[in-house]
Amino acid sequence: MWTPKKVYMDHVAGKPVDPRVMDAMLPFIREFYGNPSSIHSFGHEPRKALEEARAKIAKLINAERAESIIFTSGATESNNMAVKGVAYRNMDKGKHVIASSIEHMSVINPCKHLKTRGFDVTFLPVDKYGLVDLNSLERELREESVLVSIQYANGEIGTVQPVREISQIVHRKNAYLHVDATAANGQVPIDVQKDGIDLLTLSSNDMYGPKGVGALYIRSGVRIEPIIHGGGQERGLRSGTENVPSIVGFGKAAEIALNEMQSESGRLSKLRDKLIRGLLESIPYAFLNGHPRNRLPDNAAVRFNFIEGESILLSLDMMGVAASSGSACTAKTLEPSHVLLATGLKHEEAHGSVLFTLGRQNTEDEVDYVVQIMPDIVKRLRAMSPLTPKELQVDV
Amino acid sequence: MYSEKVMEHFRNPRNMGEIQDADGVGTVGNPVCGDMMTIYIKVKDNRIEDIKFKTFGCGAAVATSSMITELAKGKTLEEALKITRKDVADALEGLPPVKMHCSNLAADALKAAIEDYYKKQKGKVENQ
Repeated sequence: MWTPKKVYMDHVAGKPVDPRVMDAMLPFIREFYGNPSSIHSFGHEPRKALEEARAKIAKLINAERAESIIFTSGATESNNMAVKGVAYRNMDKGKHVIASSIEHMSVINPCKHLKTRGFDVTFLPVDKYGLVDLNSLERELREESVLVSIQYANGEIGTVQPVREISQIVHRKNAYLHVDATAANGQVPIDVQKDGIDLLTLSSNDMYGPKGVGALYIRSGVRIEPIIHGGGQERGLRSGTENVPSIVGFGKAAEIALNEMQSESGRLSKLRDKLIRGLLESIPYAFLNGHPRNRLPDNAAVRFNFIEGESILLSLDMMGVAASSGSACTAKTLEPSHVLLATGLKHEEAHGSVLFTLGRQNTEDEVDYVVQIMPDIVKRLRAMSPLTPKELQVDV
Repeated sequence: MYSEKVMEHFRNPRNMGEIQDADGVGTVGNPVCGDMMTIYIKVKDNRIEDIKFKTFGCGAAVATSSMITELAKGKTLEEALKITRKDVADALEGLPPVKMHCSNLAADALKAAIEDYYKKQKGKVENQ
């Protein structure tokens, strides 16, 4: 068996920075340290680079104008700004906010915060594949609804939402649609105009840019207030001196993502399907999490009954493979992932989930390696587990 | 995140399996919580002659189960009952704080197995 030294399949947790991105960033760490707001010559290059990066990101999502892109410190800040900024600015219309129950915690927790400030919050259910229930969206929308926040795709189960249909429903009731594209950006084509998106969260590291930088697209005309106040940068919507080197890297990453998306997503989808098929065919009581077709190219989320996720991750790590899990034991909280539970999985099923997220450096050999080692890992842990049915008990 | 000792027990768990004609069996935890373990004991002359475990759970759950079988084997029942959760964690060179509560159930499982043994003995006496 071909044995690689290390196989990294946890791209949802963090991605390597593309070397071309690093090259683009270096001059803005070494030479062009000026403040883009300065009037003197030291501010010129940083300002120019900042606006070029903004244009590249606007192009990636077909924004109507570059000024609609506001740079932030990352997806968590963008999501906070979208949810709280829109809610607080539109209280004259109403105090009702809707989000799906499988949003990232950086949407869920700002929504819960709004609840403590007198807002009414509705979390929409999803079906067993993680698709948002459009009927309940339609039912829950009312005159006082100001914002609906639904992710483009879920990082944990890979399910891609029908954003255009959602947008039509939301706009019929004159609410704004915020879409968190953290997991999807760089992998699937996003067109904010055709998709009918009012606010869109973008993350740099999720498209091989540096960590600690992101953006919020805000369609012109959307009423929003800042959540970070200060010197008035980013059209007054996000104060603080712009993180120019990281923003330049983010812009370069967006440019590369746009150019290479089609071929790379095609390649990853094939690897993903091979990995999923290989695992489900060689291991009994193994199931796919998320949607069988409408899913992100990088996402292979699988669960194994009778065993627990962290034990699987440790076993994989012993074989050089890095993956992640929706298991309680790897998180700070003891509850299994809210995403997996929302899709109707029982706690003990959710505990046995493993998430492989593929990336640019993964090869078919690596996928074959994981498919080869996984059956023995599962067998060993099942032999240990008191939950394993008798017919699956084997000596290891 | 885990000590080398924990990983060593996870890689090579001691006394894993079932004892078909066990004198006492104790199960604690719950698959819903993500950790569940069963301890089987064979008792001879008031000593734990053999002990095995089965565990569903994280790395800490497996390692603590393995460790308690090492700590308890050969001990008298009174000595075994004195083994605490802390003893197990210390023998493993510590556990991450978040695991101290949820996954460190092995001492409880051993107690449950010994209590099961006492109950069965009492039943035998009453039946005579």
